[in-house]
Amino acid sequence: MSRIRIELPYHLRTLAEVRGEVELEVTGAVTQRSILDALETKYPVLRGTIRDHGTYKRRPFLRFFACSEDWSHESADAPLPEAVASGKEPLLIVGAIAGG
Amino acid sequence: MSGVRVLVGTRKGAFVLTADGKREKWDVSGPHFAGWEMYHVKGSPADPNRLFASQTSGWFGQLIQRSNDGGKTWEAVGNQFVYDGVPGTHQWYDGTAHPWEFKRVWHLEPSLTDPDTVYAGVEDAALFQTRDGGQTWAELSGLRKHGSGPKWQPGAGGMCLHTIILDAGNPKRMYIAISAAGVFRSDDAGESWRPINRGLKSGQIPDPTAEVGHCVHHVAIHKSRPGTLFMQKHWDVMRSDDAGDSWREVSGNLPTDFGFVIDVHAHEPETIYVVPIKSDSEHYVHEGKLRVYRSRSGGNEWEALTKGLPQENCYVNVLRDAMAVDSLDGCGVYFGTTGGQVYASANAGDSWTPIVRDLPAVLSVEVQTLP
Repeated sequence: MSRIRIELPYHLRTLAEVRGEVELEVTGAVTQRSILDALETKYPVLRGTIRDHGTYKRRPFLRFFACSEDWSHESADAPLPEAVASGKEPLLIVGAIAGG
Repeated sequence: MSGVRVLVGTRKGAFVLTADGKREKWDVSGPHFAGWEMYHVKGSPADPNRLFASQTSGWFGQLIQRSNDGGKTWEAVGNQFVYDGVPGTHQWYDGTAHPWEFKRVWHLEPSLTDPDTVYAGVEDAALFQTRDGGQTWAELSGLRKHGSGPKWQPGAGGMCLHTIILDAGNPKRMYIAISAAGVFRSDDAGESWRPINRGLKSGQIPDPTAEVGHCVHHVAIHKSRPGTLFMQKHWDVMRSDDAGDSWREVSGNLPTDFGFVIDVHAHEPETIYVVPIKSDSEHYVHEGKLRVYRSRSGGNEWEALTKGLPQENCYVNVLRDAMAVDSLDGCGVYFGTTGGQVYASANAGDSWTPIVRDLPAVLSVEVQTLP
């Protein structure tokens, strides 16, 4: 069991009614998939907002950053860095910058 | 004392505007879901305190919100819209085949009799239904599969199913409209559908009188005459008196017959309203003047309603779902603009006052008449 940290974008924090970082218990390997599974189990309102229903494909305007690296295009089952798995660093879920 | 509740969807949140039957003093609540695009908010005729809202975002996708207390509190319900079977393709802008992809919910139409049943019109065009208050949604795929689907193509705003009309006198009859496919009717509660576009002429498509392909912007009926339909097409205001089997143009003396909204007076089934827009290239009102046009003859003869509306330097648009009428005496008429104003008339359009002036761009306006 790993206790990990996630930083959500503003609108998803509002939807989930959380402030600051979210902390989660993850069983088994710490990957994008296992983290999002745990996140959506704890906060069902987030289902469909980060990855599509059914296909679990990442929504195109969202990115996953960890330890100063972009993990968005890595396999959802690739182990994330030990610093994320140990809770030392958060997984950042970031909305693409847009507007004017 | 009776009152009204106006439900406003904007580019950056939803607002609930309430007033008593005089419709002079307004309470403004919102923004609800601040920062999100609220395409449509509508109440259940069977339970007016039950509201449904389409909350959407290019980043975070689609949510459906439900309120059971008239918009004071909300809860997210089901947001899974999955096409039935292999969805296949429709035409893309360049004429190539493009896979059907869910993008957002444009319109929510609650059942006239059951507060748990709601129809959803979505982009890419399809019709969904919930029977459990929004927890789960299933496609009524007879529409998309009726045969012409591969020929449908998007209008500039996307290939959206934006209009859903339920016939109060015949629970099996429904109408829907799609940009840019046209109008369709079901006589078996949504199981099967057929296009009803005979009489429409659209110069922007290869065959101007084709069975499908017309960019219908909005359709409205009066509940006492469900076989009479009024349509604002991309260009042309149209009318049908045979449940859509045939249409005739009633643009008459309008200064321009391009526009988006059309609605019918609550008590006079031959009194209709449109807001002419200069053209499909400019998308703002004609001559810098915000004018609602009213016909008391079901079309052809129109009068400009201007009292209380800006008559110079006005360049707003009024989008397809952004007009509604209440059923109080005098018939209140409401519309919202892309400039963020929501105007109200408590006298069937003779004069107007702004309820609010500075909201985000208004996407939709609905009104509930409360006991």
